[in-house]
Amino acid sequence: MIEVRFHGRGGQGAVTSCELMAQAAIAEGKYAQAFPSFGPERRGAPLQAFLRISDEPIRLREKIYEPDVVVVLDPALLATGNVRDGLKPGGTLVANSSKTIEAVRGECGYTGRTAVVDATKIAEEEMGVPITNTTMLGALLKAALLVELDSLKAPLDARFGKIAGKNLKSLERAFTETQIEE
Amino acid sequence: MGQRVGLEVSLACSEAVKLANVDVIAAYPITPQTHIVEHLSELVADGHLDAEFVPVESEHTAMSACVGSSAAGARTFTSSAAQGLALMHEILFIASSLRLPIVMAVANRSLSGPISIWNDHSDIMAERDINWIQYFAENGQEVLDLTIAAFKIAEDKRVTLPVAVNLDGFVLTHVIEPIDMPDQKEVDAYLPPFAPQQKLDIANPISMGLVGVPEIYTEAKKACQVALEESYGVIKEHWDGFAKQFGRQYNPIETYKADDAEILLVTMGSLGETCMSAVDQMRADGLKVGQVRIRLWRPFPADDFLAAVKGAKSLVVMDRALQPGSASGPVATELKSLLFDRGKQMYVSNFVAGLGGRDVTRADFAGMVKKTMEAQSAGQQMACEMWGVKE
Repeated sequence: MIEVRFHGRGGQGAVTSCELMAQAAIAEGKYAQAFPSFGPERRGAPLQAFLRISDEPIRLREKIYEPDVVVVLDPALLATGNVRDGLKPGGTLVANSSKTIEAVRGECGYTGRTAVVDATKIAEEEMGVPITNTTMLGALLKAALLVELDSLKAPLDARFGKIAGKNLKSLERAFTETQIEE
Repeated sequence: MGQRVGLEVSLACSEAVKLANVDVIAAYPITPQTHIVEHLSELVADGHLDAEFVPVESEHTAMSACVGSSAAGARTFTSSAAQGLALMHEILFIASSLRLPIVMAVANRSLSGPISIWNDHSDIMAERDINWIQYFAENGQEVLDLTIAAFKIAEDKRVTLPVAVNLDGFVLTHVIEPIDMPDQKEVDAYLPPFAPQQKLDIANPISMGLVGVPEIYTEAKKACQVALEESYGVIKEHWDGFAKQFGRQYNPIETYKADDAEILLVTMGSLGETCMSAVDQMRADGLKVGQVRIRLWRPFPADDFLAAVKGAKSLVVMDRALQPGSASGPVATELKSLLFDRGKQMYVSNFVAGLGGRDVTRADFAGMVKKTMEAQSAGQQMACEMWGVKE
């Protein structure tokens, strides 16, 4: 079982990211759970969302305390968002940042496996908005191929309809442009 | 054949209600039930469900409208939680005493105060004695399945009582997970249209809800209680029928690794799954631990419970609600009373955990088992303990 924690802000679509991933995994015949931080959500406030993917049925209703992967949608949260809390040794940090991997590590204090992509830039160029939740799924898949990229197409279509194509292109570009250092 | 989809559990509940072809939904939104009624409202507005959605101004009116529509012979659904359920309180008794087969999903949430939107069982435990059938789902699939089955049970002429399907707020309602979605034909084969024995009908007028003078009140209550007790067999029959139709079996009491267990954890609701994983870990550590999961809460399946615990020496009973001023939580009180009545000696510890959305982890279950074993081997009695209180 792989456990993933997303850090974003209310309105940035972290919960949607988890939902799309869970739907893709379930469509592949896997088991998955996606859930928000339970409680009221406020636009702009830092929040977390959670994802479990497993080959076996998931019999857990605990929160995720020691994620295998942490995804950070908002670069400003790297320095302030407690992103490395509980991140397993040997885990992976997947960050949206225009900075180098070294600079990202310096900001958040995590020195393990790190994947970085400038998702804000990609999202603005491909979709015209700085919303990075779908773009960052490309980075996540590059760092940890939890589902096949193709499996995300149907959930993206169902969720975004006419603009699914732009989301997919942005996601694919992030997959290509993500840099990883062990 | 149905289809396996990734769906939020609240929406799985709404889809079950749609598959059950309800006629009337009267509901008022309240966290964490909101997504259930929002989605039903959409299904009706978009023409996917041919039903009347009554957007009432309060839960008291929601349940009153349900009483009216069910009495008129309509298949009726509502959903609520916490303060909303509490506001329904007086009408909940009317629904059962009029023998109306209303189905309600309760997205269990703690009662304020302090104000809390999060999960525990204080809302439904405050409504324990409303003479409704009450059961608990452990995951999204069960929410869907048990909601469909609820209509079949409620409307059975041998029962004609309302059913409350409990699903833990947030912990279940807000999780997206795999759901096997049955198709309409399968559900139609299982659940025929509602055919009430009697209904409000201007062509054939009857009176419902008359005064119960002292000469008849006791007998009326007796009849209602007997109906609830006797619903047990019908519930089993229709859960077995569900298994034949859909391939998923449900039982009033479920066990996990209980056969050779010396110590049994007792859970109700979504704690069940985390607890199973905790049992797996404790088994790996060599402890003879198992689990009993209470699915059917009212009527309480006494014989099934006793059969499930017969080989064990001790019980670790989880409560997710307080019973202030009493020696135990509501579940432990039920079980201790039963064990005493049947002359069965067992060591029973009782933990109130997961109040107001406090997470209950595998480590918590292991801690409770350890504490119980230590007290038992030292020959100490244990008082009911609120687990994990920060002091």
